[in-house]
Amino acid sequence: MFLRLWAFMGSLSSLPGADTCDIVALAGVTKRFPGIVANDSIDLSIRPGEVHVLLGENGAGKSTLIGMLSGLLQPDEGRILVDGKVTQITSPRHALALGIGTVFQHMMLVPALSVAENLLLGGPWWQRPRIEALEARVAKITRSLGITVKLHARVSELSLGEQQQVEILRAMVRNSRLLILDESTSMLTPKGIDELGTLMRRLVKQGLAIVFITHKLKEAAAFGDRISVLKLGRKVGEIPPERFRALGEQEIISQIVDLMFGKQKDDPEAVERPIRKVSVEAAPLLQVTDLAAAPTDNAPGLSSISFDIRPGEILGIAGIDGNGQKQLAEALAGQRVTTGGSVRLEGTAIEMLSVGERRQRGLRYLTDDRLGEGTVGTFPVSINFFLKQVGAPPFWRNGFEQRAEIDKRAAQLVREYDVRTPSLKTPVARLSGGNIQKVLLARELAEGAKVVIFNKPTYGLDLANTLASRQRICATAARGLAVLLISTDLEELLSMCDRIAVIASGALVGTVENVDDARTRVGRLMIGLAA
Amino acid sequence: MSIDTPSVNATAPDPTSAAAARRDILHRLLMTLGPILAALVIAGCILLAVGVDPLAYYGYVLEKGLFSPLGIQQTLTRMAPLLFLAAGLIVAFRAGMWNLGGDGQFLLGAVTAAASAPVFVQLMPAWLALICSFLIAAAVAMIWSLVPALLRGYQGVNEIITTLMMTFLGTSLANVLVKLVFRDPGTTVPQTRTLPVEDRLPRLFDTTITSGLLLGLAAIIIVHLVMTRTAFGLKLRIVGANPRAAIHAGLGVPGLTVAVFAISAGLAGLAGAVDIIGVQGNVRADWNPAYGLAVIPAVFLARMNGFAAIGFVFLLSVLSIGGESAARRLGVPNHFTLVLVSIVLIVLALAEYVDHRYNQSRKA
Amino acid sequence: MTGLFSEVFLGALMFGAVTAAIPLLLAGLGEQMSEKAGVLNIGIEGMMLAGAYLGFVGAFYSGSLWLGFLTGAAGGVAVALIMALLCVRIGLNQIVIGIALTLGLEGLTALLHHFQFSRSYPRLPAANATVIPLLSDIPVIGPAFFKHHLIVYLALALVFGMRYLYRHTQLGLNLQAAGDKPAALDVAGIDVIKTRTIAVLTTGALAGLGGAYLANVGAGLFIPFISNGAGFLGIVLAMLARGRPVWVLFGALLFGVCLSLTTAMQVAGINIPTDVIQMLPFLAVMIMLVLFGRRASLPAALGIPYERGTR
Repeated sequence: MFLRLWAFMGSLSSLPGADTCDIVALAGVTKRFPGIVANDSIDLSIRPGEVHVLLGENGAGKSTLIGMLSGLLQPDEGRILVDGKVTQITSPRHALALGIGTVFQHMMLVPALSVAENLLLGGPWWQRPRIEALEARVAKITRSLGITVKLHARVSELSLGEQQQVEILRAMVRNSRLLILDESTSMLTPKGIDELGTLMRRLVKQGLAIVFITHKLKEAAAFGDRISVLKLGRKVGEIPPERFRALGEQEIISQIVDLMFGKQKDDPEAVERPIRKVSVEAAPLLQVTDLAAAPTDNAPGLSSISFDIRPGEILGIAGIDGNGQKQLAEALAGQRVTTGGSVRLEGTAIEMLSVGERRQRGLRYLTDDRLGEGTVGTFPVSINFFLKQVGAPPFWRNGFEQRAEIDKRAAQLVREYDVRTPSLKTPVARLSGGNIQKVLLARELAEGAKVVIFNKPTYGLDLANTLASRQRICATAARGLAVLLISTDLEELLSMCDRIAVIASGALVGTVENVDDARTRVGRLMIGLAA
Repeated sequence: MSIDTPSVNATAPDPTSAAAARRDILHRLLMTLGPILAALVIAGCILLAVGVDPLAYYGYVLEKGLFSPLGIQQTLTRMAPLLFLAAGLIVAFRAGMWNLGGDGQFLLGAVTAAASAPVFVQLMPAWLALICSFLIAAAVAMIWSLVPALLRGYQGVNEIITTLMMTFLGTSLANVLVKLVFRDPGTTVPQTRTLPVEDRLPRLFDTTITSGLLLGLAAIIIVHLVMTRTAFGLKLRIVGANPRAAIHAGLGVPGLTVAVFAISAGLAGLAGAVDIIGVQGNVRADWNPAYGLAVIPAVFLARMNGFAAIGFVFLLSVLSIGGESAARRLGVPNHFTLVLVSIVLIVLALAEYVDHRYNQSRKA
Repeated sequence: MTGLFSEVFLGALMFGAVTAAIPLLLAGLGEQMSEKAGVLNIGIEGMMLAGAYLGFVGAFYSGSLWLGFLTGAAGGVAVALIMALLCVRIGLNQIVIGIALTLGLEGLTALLHHFQFSRSYPRLPAANATVIPLLSDIPVIGPAFFKHHLIVYLALALVFGMRYLYRHTQLGLNLQAAGDKPAALDVAGIDVIKTRTIAVLTTGALAGLGGAYLANVGAGLFIPFISNGAGFLGIVLAMLARGRPVWVLFGALLFGVCLSLTTAMQVAGINIPTDVIQMLPFLAVMIMLVLFGRRASLPAALGIPYERGTR
C-alpha cells in the first residue's frame, strides 16, 4: 500500500513540463496479464546522451516495459510521454515513427533475407527496395561508429554478434533517437560485450538516448549513466547520473544489491566453490577421444574433441555461443550422428548406442532448450518427469500406463526438487522457467545417473533458481558423478569447475586447471590466443 | 507446422471436485450443441434462399436418417467405414501427421477386398475368407502409405503433399485395377466380381445393419484407449506434440512415423474392405464416395477424442443418409450436406475461439 | 498410328496441354503467395469452385467472358475473405478451416447449379482466341502456344510478374518475412496481419480466375465439382516449386501435357484407361521426390497464426 502511494507521488512529479529534457517518460504505467501484474505504476525518464540501465531479475517486468515502449503492448493504466506530450504508442510502426528503435533479446531478423533486405523491410510496399541509397547511408553510419557490416550476406550466415550489430544499425538507419537494447549481452563474448559498451558510448555522444536492459550487475555499473532497478514489476529505486559519477564501481554494485535484495549479501552471484576431493588416480567415468561430427546447414561440425572426466569432477566447457557446444552435448547424448572418435562410459564404448541405451547406462543430458525439446509443454507435469522412460516399469506395465505409480513418484519428485506447480496435472508450459528446470533436473538426476551433461543450466533463470541449480550441480559432483558443464557464463564456470576446456569452431582449443589465473587464460583461449 | 494436440491428461478435470467435472461436461455439451444449432439456422437460410422450406427439409432428413426404422439402419450401416477412417485419422493427427491420403488408401483397400473376397470364399470357410480379405486389404493400404511415411520419416518431406499426390494416384490406380485387372467378365459395366450376399459380413439380428458397425466401434475405441492409456500411444503423442522432445527422449521417430502411417492407412484400408465386404459387394469403376475428406472435420470436431468422434460420425451419417433421401424426394441435392458440415465446422471453431477468449478475459 | 505423330495432332495436344495447365498455373501461383506469407491455404479448391460458378454466371448473364473472369475472381476473393478473417485475423486452424471451405463450396456451388442450371445445362459460345501474327504460323508450336484466349497470355505473363514481385519489390520482401519471421516484420513496422491478408486475398483472386477459366474457356459450362482436385494440385505445385513462380509454370505444363494426352488418346481411339495417363505426372513427381528426396524448404512460420507479443 505504501509503495503504491509512493509510486503515485512519483507520477505526480513527472507530469508534463516537470522535466522538459526527457525524450520519453513513463508516468505511473501499469500492465496486467492473466494472474500477474507485470508492471506496477512505473515511472521512468529517458534522456538524450544517457545510457539508462534497467536492471532486474527475470520476471521483474523488464520485457513488458520494453513491449510497451516499442508498441507491442498497450499499458492498462498510466501514460507514456514522448517529447513531453502524452502519446499512445499503438504499434511498432508508430514507435519507429516516434524515433524509438528496439533491439530485442530474440533476434528480429529474417534469416532467409540478406542484411540489406532486412534493413529495407518496412518501406512502402509498392516501391522497389532502394539498395543504392541504403548503401550510402549505411556507409556513413558505420564509419562514424567504427563497425563493418556485410550488406549482401544472408542473415543466417552471420554470427549472433554480427546480427546484433545489424539490428543496432537498423535502428540508426531509421533515425532512432532512442535505442532500446534488451538483454543484448547474453549472447556475446566478453570481448563482444566490451565492444558493445564502446559502441553505446559513441552513440550517446552523438546525442542518442539508450535504454540498456540487463540482469548483470557488473554491466550495469560499467555501462550505465543512470540505473533504474525493477523488482517484481515495481521500480524499487534509481541511481541518477550525479550519484553515479560520485561513486566507484564497487560502491555502485553494493548500492544496487541493497536495492534489489536488501543488505544481507555482498555479491549474490558468487557461489562458494565447494571443496571436493577429486582423486587423480580414479579411473575416468567418461572418456572422449577424437570425437568428430559433420557440419550441417545451421551448425558447425565437431572435430578432435578429447577429454575425460573422473568421478566427482566438474569439467567446464567455455566458449562463445554457437561454437559447437550444443552439437557436442547432442553427440555425447546420441542425438547427433558422429563421424569418428570414441566415447567410453566406465571403460565401455557407447558411441554406437542409441539415446535410450546411453541413458540406460547412466549418461544423462540436461538440455538448454527446456520447452523446445526438454519437455512437451501441453503434457502434464507428471508425464514430463518420465518422458525419457516411456514404457518402463513400474510406470508402465505390459505397455499400459500405471497412473497411480506415475502420480505417486511424480508427487515425490515435486517435493524432493521443490517444483512449484498448482497440480501434477498442470501443463508443464504454464510453469516458470525455474520450475521447468527443476522438472528436468529431477528427471536427469534420477536413479542410475553416472555422467551428467548440463547445457547452459542457468540460462534465463532468475537469481534464486540460478543458485538452486548451481547447488544441485555441485551436489551431483559431490555424490561422485562426473559432470560436464557447458556454459557461456564465464563467472559460472570459474565458480564451479575443476577444469575448464574452451571450445571454438567445434574443436577444443585448450584445457585449463581452474586455479588463480584461469580467468585470463580461458579468456585468451576464447578470443583465439594461446593460453 | 504445429497442431494443438490437446492432451487428454492435461485437460482432464480434477477428480477431487465432481461438481466442477459435471459443470465441465455441461459446458462442453453446450459448446457443441449450441454451434450445431446455429449452423442449422444459417444453413436453413441458404435453403430458404433457394426456395426450400428448411423446417420441412430438416424434418425429412431427421425422419429418414434417424427416426424411420429403415433410415436408422442405413445410418448405422454407413457408420461402419466412417468409424474405421476416423480411427485412422485419430492416430495420424494425434501423432502430428497430416495423412490427407485417406481416400486413396480407402479405395485401394476396397478394390483389394473386392478382388480377393470372391476368390477366398471358394477356397476356405467364409469366416476365414473374410478375415483374409480384411488383412490383405489392410496390408495393401499400408504398403501404399509406405512412400509418404518413409519420405517423411527419413527425408523430412512434407506429408501433406505426398499423401495428397498418393491419393490422386491411388484413386486412378483403383480405377485401373477395376477396369483392367479385376474386371468381372460377366458384366458390361466395368466392375469387380460381386461377392454373394450370403458370404458378406452377417447382419445384426433381424435388421439390415451390418456387423461391420461393431468392428468399426471396436476399432475406434481400441485406438482411443491405445492413444490415451498405453506407452505406445504416449510415444506417438509426444512425436505429435513436440517432435524435438521425442528425439531428445530417445524415441525412434522415423520408425514411429512409419508405424503411424501404417496404422492410419491400414485402418483406412479396412474401412474400404468393411464397406465392400459388408455392404457393396463389388467396386464399380470410378466409384469414389470421398469419405476420407468428409471424416476429417468429424475428427477435428471431436478434438481427436475417440468417443466424441463416434458421436460426430453418427451425426454425419444421419445427415448423409437423410440427405440422400431428401435429394430423391424434395429435390434438394445431397450436396447440401456438405454445406451443412462445413458451416458446423466453422461455427464450432468460432465458438471455441470465443469461449477461449472469454475465459482469458475473465481470468485477467 | 501415324496420326499420333502428325503435326496437327502434336499441335492439338500441346494446345490442350496449355489449356489444361492454365487453371493449375493460376492455382499454383496463388497458393505460392499464401505459403510465402505463412498461410497454408487448403481452401483453394473451394475458391476455385466459387470462381468457376460465379465466373460462369457472370459470363452467362452478361455475355462477356471478361466480365465472367471478373466475377470469378471476385468469387474467389469472397471465399478468401472468410479464410483471411478466420485464419489470419483470429488465428483458427488453417487446415480445419481450409477443408471446411472446400467442402462447403463444393456443396454450395453444386446446390446452386442444381436449382439454376440442372434442367437446361446452358453452354457458353466458344471463347475466341487471340491469334498472335507470325508466331502462330510456326508449325506445332504456333497452334499450341499462340492461338489462345488473351487470358492465357496474361496468365503466362503473370509468372514473370510474380518473379519480379518476389525479387525486386518491397512487397515481395514483406511477404517473405511474413512467412519466415513474422515478428521481425512486425517490429519493422509492417502489419503482419495485413500482409498475410493481402496474400490470401490474392490467392483467392487467382484461384477464382483459374476456376472461371476452367468453366468459361475450358469447358464452356459449369458442372458441380468442376475443379476436380485442381486446387489440391495447385498446393502440390506450390510446395514443390519452393517459392519460385517459374517452377510452378513447368509443373503446371507437365500436368497439362498428361491431362491433354488422356483426351488425345481417347480421340485417337487408343484403348488404355485414361486413369493410366492421369497417374503419370504424380508418378513422375513421386519418383523425383524418392530419388532426390530433399527437404521441401517451407517457410518457417507456415501454418502458424501470428499473434503479437508471443514468441
